[in-house]
Amino acid sequence: MERLTDLKTLRLKANDIRMDLLKALVAANSGHTAGPLGMADVFTALFFNVANFNPAEPHWPERDRIVLSNGHICPVLYTTMAHAGFFPKEELMTLRKLGTRLQGHPHRETLPGLENTSGPLGSGTSQAAGMALAFKMDKTNQHVWCLTSDGEQQEGNTWEGVMFAAAKHLDNLTVIMDRNYIQIDGNTEDIMPLDPLADKYRSFNWNVLEVDGHNMEALIDAMNQSKHMHDKPTLILADVVPGKGVSFMQNDYVWHGKPPTKDELAKALVELTAERTLIEQDHIQ
Amino acid sequence: MPIVTTANLVPNLFDAKTIKASGTRDGYGAALVELGKQDPRVVVLCADLSESTRSHLFQKAFPERYVQIGVAEQNLITVGAGLSAAGKIPFMASYAAFAPGRCWEQIRTTFGYNHLHGIVAGAHAGVSVGPDGATHQAVEDIATMRTIASCTVLAPSDAVRAKQATMATLSEPHLWYIRFGRDKYPVFTTEQTPFAPGKAELFYTGNDVTVIACGPLVYEALQAAHQLEQQGIGVEVIDATTVKPLDVETIIKSVRKTNAVVTAEEATVIGGLGGAVAEALGQHYPAPLEYVGMQDCYGQSGTAEELLETYHMKAVDIVGAIHRVIKRKRA
Repeated sequence: MERLTDLKTLRLKANDIRMDLLKALVAANSGHTAGPLGMADVFTALFFNVANFNPAEPHWPERDRIVLSNGHICPVLYTTMAHAGFFPKEELMTLRKLGTRLQGHPHRETLPGLENTSGPLGSGTSQAAGMALAFKMDKTNQHVWCLTSDGEQQEGNTWEGVMFAAAKHLDNLTVIMDRNYIQIDGNTEDIMPLDPLADKYRSFNWNVLEVDGHNMEALIDAMNQSKHMHDKPTLILADVVPGKGVSFMQNDYVWHGKPPTKDELAKALVELTAERTLIEQDHIQ
Repeated sequence: MPIVTTANLVPNLFDAKTIKASGTRDGYGAALVELGKQDPRVVVLCADLSESTRSHLFQKAFPERYVQIGVAEQNLITVGAGLSAAGKIPFMASYAAFAPGRCWEQIRTTFGYNHLHGIVAGAHAGVSVGPDGATHQAVEDIATMRTIASCTVLAPSDAVRAKQATMATLSEPHLWYIRFGRDKYPVFTTEQTPFAPGKAELFYTGNDVTVIACGPLVYEALQAAHQLEQQGIGVEVIDATTVKPLDVETIIKSVRKTNAVVTAEEATVIGGLGGAVAEALGQHYPAPLEYVGMQDCYGQSGTAEELLETYHMKAVDIVGAIHRVIKRKRA
């Protein structure tokens, strides 16, 4: 796939993805909104600039693997994949409907290009580590990218995987964490405090890069840097605003698990269209 | 004698003094080494129980394909799933109380639902683990694994069949569960004894009752059949090493003749082999049924022998169940 290198083009792509994922959520009339909006910049950087794959040949053996651990943010994964050419964008309107390839939580078998099934939280890091270990055994030069949430750091399985990846020196593994401070029942630090996450990962022998989750240039730099780390896996701790781009959704945990109404969609699209103009005029860097 | 000759059982079948004994886990360990030679995709994972699951035999032969997981059964499965998704065939071993006991959801989601190729090996299953007590005596594993769509469930009846069953797991790329015991049991089959996943084997023929057994209770069932033959009661013994998919055809064919059934397993009868046979009979050919196995309860500390006696899973208990079920036969 041809990489997008121009930062403005990438920012416009993320803006497109935000609009399209909201439309899909409204068509589905169920699903998660805040997480997908928040992670649109990360997904855009990874899929359109950094990772190595070919949508025309989704099972190409030498591809990088992109593992989504917190499956409930799949609207952003599906929308990014559609924009990358894995399947037609019109199919986004089938999200969560009977017979769809776009299951409410991703199913590896139904959609070519999905590397894992997820939804039950806390198991993505281990699966990504298993893939990274297989590439080490086979001495191939592939990288594994795992996208994870902050909430699922509350799962024991996550830390089993974190310990394992460091023990096996999986420097071909990068975990990118959506640090948005929300989960279903409220703010993470009220429900089950997670901080200091960077220190926790460092103490588990990981490289940790802290980055603004909406700064396209910084995200790409961090991802590329992580590919060249030696001996240790890398955590990119992405400071993400949940609901990013839509003022009435931003930083409000009630948008974790519900879709917008048609009216709310219309308002959101007005805001995102305004943002698009600002990007085009170079007012958003 | 009504021993099925094509079953090729050992000649000294009922000679307690000369019959050899071995653990089913030893069959697993031997098979791993052979599979490692056959197929470079085979990798072996273990959660800090390498010797007692016999995974160490593979570790010795193929250290570069052996993955020590530590005490982390959820990670055992999810790392295995990642390896499988990247083209490996993982064998994942722990005690059955912990895998599948502690990682059922991970097994269901990553291997079952995705139809990934992987083998969960549950060692020390059943009460015959002995003195470790009920925490370490998995009796629910057959039931919980049987409910996972696409999972084949194997409970080999001796060390030879354990090896055959393990070797067979490369035949189909999906989820397999194999359970093993800790104790040594009589090795009563031979490498010439037919084995195929999904196929039950008739070892002993009779007209009065069908005993369907798995794991070490197959040998107990054979002893029961041998005793009752001398009393003029004909017992058919079926080895159901494959608990799922159950070989309904072989079972129903036998029950049409005998019209009475006993199941025998070292596991809970609820949802275990007993439950599976009840489901099949209920649908295809209702007949009186008695269950030998764990009766909705937990084990405790003791020797294997004491526990099998305490929970009524010996030949004498199968004999008792046979007498009960024959009394219930329709006139």
